[in-house]
Amino acid sequence: MFELYSLVILMIVGSLVAIHTKYLLSAVISLSLVGLILCVVFLYLQAPDTAITQTIVEVIALVILIRAVPIKKDTMGIKGAKETFSAIVTTIFLVLFAFFAYKALLDLPQFGFPLMTVSEGYIRDGLVKTGSANIVTAVLLDFRAYDTLGEATVLFTAILGAIVVLRKVGRK
Amino acid sequence: MKENKGMTLIVKTVIKFLAPIVILFGIYMILHGHLTPGGGFPGGVVIASAFILLTLAYGKEVAEKKMKRSLASLLESTGALFFLILAVLGIFIGGWFFSNFLPKGEPLKLLSAGFIPLANIAIGLKVGGGIFAVFLALVIFRIAGEGGEEQK
Amino acid sequence: MIFFLSFILFLIGLYCVLIKKNLLKMVMGIVIMEYSVSLFLILLGYKKGGFPPIVTAGVEGTNFVDPLPQALVITAIVISIASLALIISLCMRIYQKYKTFDITKIRKLKG
Repeated sequence: MFELYSLVILMIVGSLVAIHTKYLLSAVISLSLVGLILCVVFLYLQAPDTAITQTIVEVIALVILIRAVPIKKDTMGIKGAKETFSAIVTTIFLVLFAFFAYKALLDLPQFGFPLMTVSEGYIRDGLVKTGSANIVTAVLLDFRAYDTLGEATVLFTAILGAIVVLRKVGRK
Repeated sequence: MKENKGMTLIVKTVIKFLAPIVILFGIYMILHGHLTPGGGFPGGVVIASAFILLTLAYGKEVAEKKMKRSLASLLESTGALFFLILAVLGIFIGGWFFSNFLPKGEPLKLLSAGFIPLANIAIGLKVGGGIFAVFLALVIFRIAGEGGEEQK
Repeated sequence: MIFFLSFILFLIGLYCVLIKKNLLKMVMGIVIMEYSVSLFLILLGYKKGGFPPIVTAGVEGTNFVDPLPQALVITAIVISIASLALIISLCMRIYQKYKTFDITKIRKLKG
């Protein structure tokens, strides 16, 4: 448990550095630090598939974000009374949000003892019904293949949108 | 002329040996997706990352010669279509959408799990082609009026 | 309690999106929120003393962690990289048009 807490606290510190530093390149690097710690957390939580995916995607996200940083410095701090006021209001709102969320999160099942009403069947029958030794793949491509189809559609749409936004030849 | 594009000779030589191994690892990950951690999603991203490595080291001209953006988009569409055809074939053979119509085989062997390896291949093609296509689009895009991005 | 820590991560991302005026910083806030959500889902599925949900030869027993959140989070991660590329391409188009990432200045140029 101690390792998990320290890793998550490190993630929080890394994200705070990422949003408060002035240099955008440092911010991008801190952000990818948060992502790489997330991979270690996934491994600690016995999720190797997710950890592999997160590692590779994190590296590519780092490359894409660095591609988009044309200016080195972020000089847009909070200045003026109006912006300070809005920052204070936002902070109060977030603290209230955190308070009610803490009340709500107490109703969740205790950490380490999940409710596995659906997954019991998947684990029990996964190997017999699908023949796949990796239960995650069995869930992904057999029991819940509709989700994967929808995901493929979303991926296709997002990539199509990016290519359309970036193309050189436009309509006259 | 070509030596001036991209990174230095050391990086180019290392990547020349490294990129095929990375592609091989991606193919392994896709084909063994039903036995070991991995599967179509991470395997496809690994293959795309090998081509991204080539693009970063050699410049976009050489990488475009190896894998054009239209080809990457074509691979993506092929993967999506293949996945959908597998799903529709399930209606005619197995009785419902996405039914696992192929024989299950012996567990824990490579040739098992029905159509899951085929679906993994489809997903891998789709994800790899899509991510490489969007990366090429991001690299080729130049902000007009600026030589490079690091001018400011 | 560990759930609440992941929720704090989500709040940090939300703060970044609401307060910052740089478009790229807002993108980073969105990425932090994605991290926290995937962390929360995986934390929900963790079982004490459980093993990764992969059947290996010679090992009996099904004391596995929950495979369902893991499968959902894999798709969510891959979607997040595609949506990040879409957001970044939109930001680059905005930078090409207005030569700035400051959203207040972009608002002034509207019309």
